[in-house]
Amino acid sequence: MASFFSTSAARNMFYGGTLFSVLLFLGVTLHTESVLPQRDQRAQIVANPAIAAGKRIWEENNCIGCHTLLGEGAYFAPELGNVYKRRGPEFIKAWIQSQPTGAPGRRQMPQFHLSERQLDDLVEFLRYVSEIDTAGWPPNIEG
Amino acid sequence: MKYASQAVAKPYFVAALTLFVAQILFGLIMGLQYVIGDFLFPHIPFNVARMVHTNALIVWLLMGFMGAAYYLVPEEAERELHSPRLALVTFWIFLVAAGLTVIGYLAVPYATLAKLTGNELLPTMGREFLEQPTITKIGIVLVALSLLYNLSLTYLNGRKTAITSVLLFGLWGLALMFLFAFVNPINVVRDKFYWWWVVHLWVEGVWELVLGAILAFVLVKITGVDREVIDKWLYVIVTLTLVSGLIGTGHHYYWIGLPEYWQWLGSLFSALEPLPFFAMVLFAFNMVNRRRRDHPNRAATLWALGTSVMAFLGAGVWGFLHTLAPVNYYTHGTQLTASHGHMAFYGAYVMVVLTILSYAWPQLHGRTAQGNRSQVLEMWGFWLMTVSMVFITLFLTAAGLLQVWLQRMGDTPQPFMAAQEKIALFYWLREGTGVVFLVGLLTYLASFFIGVKGSPAYGEAARS
Ligand code: HEM
Ligand code: HEM
Ligand SMILES: [Fe+2]
Repeated sequence: MASFFSTSAARNMFYGGTLFSVLLFLGVTLHTESVLPQRDQRAQIVANPAIAAGKRIWEENNCIGCHTLLGEGAYFAPELGNVYKRRGPEFIKAWIQSQPTGAPGRRQMPQFHLSERQLDDLVEFLRYVSEIDTAGWPPNIEG
Repeated sequence: MKYASQAVAKPYFVAALTLFVAQILFGLIMGLQYVIGDFLFPHIPFNVARMVHTNALIVWLLMGFMGAAYYLVPEEAERELHSPRLALVTFWIFLVAAGLTVIGYLAVPYATLAKLTGNELLPTMGREFLEQPTITKIGIVLVALSLLYNLSLTYLNGRKTAITSVLLFGLWGLALMFLFAFVNPINVVRDKFYWWWVVHLWVEGVWELVLGAILAFVLVKITGVDREVIDKWLYVIVTLTLVSGLIGTGHHYYWIGLPEYWQWLGSLFSALEPLPFFAMVLFAFNMVNRRRRDHPNRAATLWALGTSVMAFLGAGVWGFLHTLAPVNYYTHGTQLTASHGHMAFYGAYVMVVLTILSYAWPQLHGRTAQGNRSQVLEMWGFWLMTVSMVFITLFLTAAGLLQVWLQRMGDTPQPFMAAQEKIALFYWLREGTGVVFLVGLLTYLASFFIGVKGSPAYGEAARS
């Protein structure tokens, strides 16, 4: 690299560029946080404690280890961010209860031994997620 | 090796390679479950295998970074490590915590593990890559603090170079960003927003600094090119990294409930993210071409060049492929994501750890380089693993394109499982290639035992 560009100039560029980018990123983050209440359905979370309970069940059974939720997670099993709209509450509960299918050679989902109450909470959580404004994603109902 | 305390790197490297083997075995289990769905069910469900695969990966890369740091900071600072004993104690704590966590994953259902470790007190479990029990996460923070304390004191009391400045900046950032693993709001949008501050700001932020610093160190050593030149390159690379990568986080913010302006910000800035990787390719090849000596460790040179190229392909090219919002709309969360994840992690981080390992291992044993036979085996390992990773990526890319086509495009989109059955052929091909990868890994490991002490084929006598 040319000699007019000294090491200390390079170092200053690094620290300056980093500082600038960090501040810009934090600034946009603040703005995002300020407009989020209009899109993230947070009023529901306060009004309906089942959503919090459902999220815990979602996490403590590691559903994300096979499925995606809004496109993030594992790619072994279907998207669940919109499963409430695709299948409806009763199907979801019956499905979870009837696992594993035991069909030979087919991908298997474990039996989680959830109570009726836990199933309802989980469904509430999935309903809440399905109502988040995701800018029109996924492209169609199949996720 | 110039300082006795650099030897603490050894156990870190050994543990890293052991976990690498575990990672690949569980990858092969999952690969088979993709096509024989009930393989090992219910003993090892897919999600359990996946946690072992990805967490083993992350932990062994961290072990590799730590080994690298304990090796190179004393040498750069020109003094002994502040406390070699602390580094060893920390190693054992880290290893035992990692071991117990894996046993926990395999021995009991995840919900039981959550209960046993008191997840309800501070719920952090059940999110991708951050599946570790909260107590393990706290352990990771303590291990990181111990590392940073030890290295920072060594750095502050010794010679400060661009390499160690960037490395420590990266490691401090690594620890800092990990704190967001403890942020887990019920609000899924905010949960995901801050989750990426760990995941994206690691691999496309602070880890890239660690990558650049390690690469620069090995290039200084094997090429003998002037530090001034190398330092400038390093600063340019890491500037490009953070200027593109910080706001580039936005490429994960398109479809998770955040404002639409992230589609612009994320697309624009992440489109620049390939630049630092491209600069690394120029850097590595330039330095090797301008080398002032022919270092007898040819394997290390091969790894150094290889990591720059594969990181550029995996992160730069395969990342760019799906980073623009209109493309990502279709590819988000498909096998295309997995294809990119594999080549990027392998090219950037697996290979850079193997680069420093290749350089440092003989040094740690009082040699400039391994014997010729050992190096030939190591290079066979390099090519077998690297070529199979290219094919794994290509097969997953084909699977991903078909998945998008069948499930997300056209007038009659098919359900997920129906589409998966149609692309099974590519999963079989991926699994077969995965076996070749394992053969490559075993060949690589054999190089640590065979022909180690013979004389290197050519090159000047030991100098550094
Ligand atoms: C060699 C044989 C390998 C096989 C058969 C394999 C297989 C797999 C499978 C089936 C998944 C899960 C995909 C899903 O969620 O549905 C996965 C995930 C993953 N693997 Fe591997 N893997 C292998 C090697 C590697 C290597 C060498 C690396 C790293 C360098 C790696 C890094 C990852 C990462 C980062 C993920 C998570 C990807 C994501 O979330 O997009 N794997 N692997
Ligand atoms: C070494 C650097 C990199 C590594 C290790 C890496 C790894 C990964 C992994 C593992 C994922 C999947 C995360 C998940 O499971 O949800 C991912 C996603 C993604 N990466 Fe990278 N990446 C790197 C660099 C890049 C770069 C430079 C770009 C852009 C140019 C990029 C673009 C993306 C995009 C757009 C996604 C989201 C895919 C989706 O929507 O499903 N990555 N990356
Ligand atoms: Fe990213």
